[in-house]
Amino acid sequence: MYQILLREDLVPGIHLFKVAAPKVASKAQAGQFVVIRIDEKGERIPLTIADWDRAEGSVTIVFMEVGTTTHRLALLKAGDAINDFIGPLGLPTHIDKFGTVVCVAGGFAVATIMPIARSMRQKGNKVISIMGARNKDLIFWEDELRSVSDQLIVTTDDGSYGRKGLVTEPLKELLEGDEEINRVIAIGPSVMMKYSALTTEPFGVDTIVSLNPIMVDGTGMCGCCRVSVGGETKFACVDGPDFDGHQVDWDLLFARQRSYLDEEKCSFDQWQSQMDSK
Amino acid sequence: MAKLNLNRVPMTRQDPKVRGKNFDEVALGYNEEQVKAEASRCIQCPKHPCTTGCPVDVDIHDFIKAINEDNFAEAVTIIKNKNSLPGICGRVCPQETQCEAHCALANKDAPIAIGRLERYVADWERQNNPSTTPATDKPKPTGKRVAVVGSGPAGLTAAADLAKMGHDVTLFEALHVAGGVLMYGIPEFRLPKEIVQTEVDYVSSQGVKLELDAVIGKIDTVDELLNSGFDAVFLGTGAGLPMFLDIPGENLNGIYSANEFLTRVNLMKAYLFPEYDTPVSVGKNVAVIGGGNVAMDSARCALRLGADNVYIVYRRSEVEMPARREEVENAMEEGIIFKFLTNPKRFIGNDQNWVTGMECYEMELGEPDDSGRRRPIAKEGSEFTIDVDVVIVALGTTPNPLIAATTEGLDTTSRGTVVADENTGRTVKPGVWAGGDIVTGSATVISAMGAGKRAAADIHAYLSEL
Ligand SMILES: Cc1cc2nc3c(=O)[nH]c(=O)nc-3n(C[C@H](O)[C@H](O)[C@H](O)COP(=O)(O)OP(=O)(O)OC[C@H]3O[C@@H](n4cnc5c(N)ncnc54)[C@H](O)[C@@H]3O)c2cc1C
Ligand SMILES: Cc1cc2nc3c(=O)[nH]c(=O)nc-3n(C[C@H](O)[C@H](O)[C@H](O)COP(=O)(O)OP(=O)(O)OC[C@H]3O[C@@H](n4cnc5c(N)ncnc54)[C@H](O)[C@@H]3O)c2cc1C
Ligand code: SF4
Ligand code: SF4
Ligand code: FES
Repeated sequence: MYQILLREDLVPGIHLFKVAAPKVASKAQAGQFVVIRIDEKGERIPLTIADWDRAEGSVTIVFMEVGTTTHRLALLKAGDAINDFIGPLGLPTHIDKFGTVVCVAGGFAVATIMPIARSMRQKGNKVISIMGARNKDLIFWEDELRSVSDQLIVTTDDGSYGRKGLVTEPLKELLEGDEEINRVIAIGPSVMMKYSALTTEPFGVDTIVSLNPIMVDGTGMCGCCRVSVGGETKFACVDGPDFDGHQVDWDLLFARQRSYLDEEKCSFDQWQSQMDSK
Repeated sequence: MAKLNLNRVPMTRQDPKVRGKNFDEVALGYNEEQVKAEASRCIQCPKHPCTTGCPVDVDIHDFIKAINEDNFAEAVTIIKNKNSLPGICGRVCPQETQCEAHCALANKDAPIAIGRLERYVADWERQNNPSTTPATDKPKPTGKRVAVVGSGPAGLTAAADLAKMGHDVTLFEALHVAGGVLMYGIPEFRLPKEIVQTEVDYVSSQGVKLELDAVIGKIDTVDELLNSGFDAVFLGTGAGLPMFLDIPGENLNGIYSANEFLTRVNLMKAYLFPEYDTPVSVGKNVAVIGGGNVAMDSARCALRLGADNVYIVYRRSEVEMPARREEVENAMEEGIIFKFLTNPKRFIGNDQNWVTGMECYEMELGEPDDSGRRRPIAKEGSEFTIDVDVVIVALGTTPNPLIAATTEGLDTTSRGTVVADENTGRTVKPGVWAGGDIVTGSATVISAMGAGKRAAADIHAYLSEL
């Protein structure tokens, strides 16, 4: 059992847990993830490691409520425990001195891009971060991300805070600008990653995305997470989750993510009716 | 000598029509009367050839003699002397090619049903002696620490044996449940998980510390284990990497590896969805590609989950199928449709990216290949299409590269298996042993167990000299 040491509600529907997992904390690196299972009947789901504290032996995850597991997770409090917390899984993000790196984060991924931006900065890169949210109420960790970036641009879809529009607009402007951009890391909803990659492609700037297909074990044993990159089938959990965004077959990823729409709905409805009757 | 009794006592099984709809065990086991009748057929051959067919040399004639003397406790002791997992082996060993094939009565087509007797004895023990506390006194601690990686039959056996010799053993398992393929692969209706759990509990009761959720290579590498106080490491991580066909359309939705399908069903209990939260798609028409135990298990799970038509698509003919005979017969009885000499060419999908069809070649058999089986050759122009909405690829597995990739100085083959001495399990890396599917590629439960046992003995010898 892995105890939740701290819970923070970042914005409605997005929560942070700090979990006691000393062994995972001792090995965690930017870009890796854990697979969690709440309890005996729960599903195994992957969540990115948003931070870690080796001295304290804790790992931080940030998650968005989407379906049954993430809604059930959101009911837990500090002091509660999660049955399984497996990691660190996947390959760490490739951190190197590239020059100027643009980190683009959509939605909850502000949390997941934090350790990457931090590591890139520590390596001596100039880090420009762009964070986007649907509206002002969904903005979190603006100051945190600014503290690990040389420059920060905030966008909201409706213009209620920062620049109005999508993250791809300032991204395009940066690419068109005078400063040479050496690498782009884009993490967030799949569509946002796809369009970020499409934006950078004409400029020939290496663009790394963190793919989020459905997973089961997260150790390379089932093949559920297979994605197509550069025409080759890869297992995202062991060959990724980071891949070259220009090589990803996005339509395949979107389609495979929808494999269980009916079942996910069925599971959610059943869970909600259980909650209602309580 | 009394007249030979060639009437092998049949095992009661659930009716095919009923069992095709539930996950309860298919073979119901002998009752006491049946077990006595079957055991009494054994003629106690002086040379007892049966034992030579058993990879771990179970003293078969002796345990059968104990049954005949009504001494079940003694029978348990005799079997457990050599085989610590009899409840499992009695159920899933390919006896027809092992112990029973060597029985003196085999050439009369009536070998003693050794596996069924073994199963009965193991079940008798579980029912009459439910406590798993060791009967023997605690061994004297040696102060030596051993890390066993992987909790399949190889790891469980090695861990239990080493603990009994007084070593301080930690068993690391990547998944959230111990047991390896016994838990995530072989379905409940063939091997009830309660039985596997009993064996895991027994191993724990021997003092083995079980660390679940521990992916070695990620959380600690083998070298880190050796540097952090473990005197020896045994690798029993199996062959868990699924092979795919590598043909067009294989990433369509609805196409599973057998590992994924069986993991969802067995480990995650998708057959109890939505009570258990992991889903699995079954659809109406399911094609399982392959001819081994894994293919049979996948097909029979799909049937139980409600598919209308379940096909086994196999590129050779019935005689070449590597699956256990008994399970092929069970599958046929349950209504699985076998399409022999058939091999997929490509998968066809709809605009939702969901698989709708599978174009196949008809095959013919040519000259024998390296495996000694006749090589299947596609007949040009023979293509035809089968309508399917779920496909399960059961072509076999190779070892997961994680351990080899993160361990300095291990020798591996082109098939990804780790090179280890057959008799001792020693690898070329000092302090590291390996056994089971990680060394042999997909094999059997009993051979993995045997490898675990031999390695434990050699590790013990090594540690005694440290
Ligand atoms: C490497 C990786 C890192 C991720 N990191 C984060 C993170 O830091 N924060 C976060 O909020 N989300 C993250 N996700 C996504 C997260 O795993 C899903 O939101 C979660 O599984 C949804 O489960 P659910 O039961 O709540 O919803 P469901 O109703 O089951 O599913 C809703 C959506 O989640 C996807 N999904 C469902 N089951 C799985 C599964 N087993 N594996 C992956 N996706 C699934 C489906 O495609 C569907 O679109 C990550 C995914 C991956 C692969
Ligand atoms: C569906 C199916 C049906 C079968 N039917 C039969 C049958 O009827 N009869 C028969 O004799 N054999 C059968 N087999 C084969 C048999 O199950 C295997 O040969 C046997 O389980 C191999 O044992 P093992 O201990 O080597 O590995 P496994 O049972 O594969 O166990 C390996 C364990 O190691 C864990 N692991 C892997 N990597 C790591 C890591 N890096 N860190 C920590 N842990 C790790 C895995 O999660 C797993 O639990 C079947 C196999 C399958 C898949
Ligand atoms: S362990 Fe397997 S091969 Fe050996 S006697 Fe028992 S059933 Fe036969
Ligand atoms: S060979 Fe057959 S008949 Fe002879 S001792 Fe063994 S089991 Fe009994
Ligand atoms: S999640 Fe199973 S192989 Fe990647």
